[in-house]
Amino acid sequence: MGLDFTVVPKFMDVILLGALWTIAITIAAATLSFFGGIMFAVIALYAPLPVRLPFRFFAWLFMGTPLLLQLFLIYFGLVQIGIDLPAFVAGVIGLGLHFAVYNSELIQASILAVDKGQTEAARTLGLSRMQALRKVVIPQAVRDVVPPIGNNMIALLKDSALVSVIGVSELTLSAQLAIGRTYRPFEFYVVAAVFYYIINLCMEAGLRRIERRTQASR
Amino acid sequence: MTDQKPFVDIRNAQKSYGSLEVLKDISLQVQRGQIVAIIGPSGSGKSTLLRAINDLDPLTGGEVWLEDMQINRKLPHRQYEAHINQVRQDIGMVFQHFNLFPHLSVRGNITLAPRLLKHLSEAEANALAEEQLEKVGMLDRIDYFPSRLSGGQKQRVAIARALAMKPKVMLFDEATSALDPELVDEVNQVMKKLAEEHMTMIIVTHEMGFAESVCDRVLFMDQGVVVEEGPPEVIFRDPQNERTRNFLRKHLEGSNR
Repeated sequence: MGLDFTVVPKFMDVILLGALWTIAITIAAATLSFFGGIMFAVIALYAPLPVRLPFRFFAWLFMGTPLLLQLFLIYFGLVQIGIDLPAFVAGVIGLGLHFAVYNSELIQASILAVDKGQTEAARTLGLSRMQALRKVVIPQAVRDVVPPIGNNMIALLKDSALVSVIGVSELTLSAQLAIGRTYRPFEFYVVAAVFYYIINLCMEAGLRRIERRTQASR
Repeated sequence: MTDQKPFVDIRNAQKSYGSLEVLKDISLQVQRGQIVAIIGPSGSGKSTLLRAINDLDPLTGGEVWLEDMQINRKLPHRQYEAHINQVRQDIGMVFQHFNLFPHLSVRGNITLAPRLLKHLSEAEANALAEEQLEKVGMLDRIDYFPSRLSGGQKQRVAIARALAMKPKVMLFDEATSALDPELVDEVNQVMKKLAEEHMTMIIVTHEMGFAESVCDRVLFMDQGVVVEEGPPEVIFRDPQNERTRNFLRKHLEGSNR
């Protein structure tokens, strides 16, 4: 049996819908991972010990265990303690928190690298520690960390394929659906790959724009 | 001096890092509108003393008063934070390395604190920024980012930023030391203008000429003590203390090289 791409157009609507879900889950999880990353970084650096210690444990849990396992735990495991999340929400939370922990590591280093004269100048004007952090230190730290966070976000896009296992009909699962009907795995996996590649290109272009904008103030 | 109550009053300031004593029982009274220069070799404790006034470097002993308020009074942590944030609004500070916020425009640098702490509207804050920038001659750069300014321009913006909080006293920590020689004067001119407006100023400086022409009083510090103090014409023309004489001689040789 040779390759036959003529079956692809018939399932294009399924694939396109899958691609839209992939984009949606990536945007939602990336947003969560960005703001979650900032919050985690502030907690890791400045929260009192009783908050910081359990937090370190959770961070370790998210960095030290497979994302796949975390998704299973959030989607199938939490039901047992009465938390029944829709698959999409479970996927966003799993992906988002997982990458938030990675982003937090980057942002922590970046916060510590902001010149301490910046905090001094802000405090001298009368800003509180929190205000100085929010208005002066974090914006600079985030600006410096846009390129590596961008790399994390591209990893996030690719890892979003994992949420197919908890039943979110994103791009990978949609391809599998089409394969189930046509028995043409090569064709549809290639199509899915092309879509991932296109989304990836768009993301990189977007990131470059953000980078240019944030670097303008240097 | 007069028998008037001092405006800034440092009483028996002590500061030590472990066994290293940086400030050894220093007292300094500054009257309203007075301009005091602190000179001395590096490591003499002059910056530490200045930074103790707004509690950037907290003292380990002694008191700092601004008018009728003790700045470094003992309070529980949270109350102290609220207290010191309030006090610092009244004390402007200018740093050697400017410390402008690089992610904000000149306008943003100046309006940040007034908007956040005094709850000015955008229009009020803008008017304030324009007024202060006009004073330091930087109004035409209001929408520039700090990275596009020269050192002297940065420092003038930093002064405008401090003035926008309408401080009662201004502290200058070697404000011209990081500048190229040809840029020093524009900053000195701004400081002179403030002096003419009777701003109370405490200035840590290496610019002896400037200290002599602008200041009412000069303190010479060395190894954590005030060795000699007096009017500039006495300190610079006829210093009584051997250490003062040595310092000034070395400094003059250094700057003529």
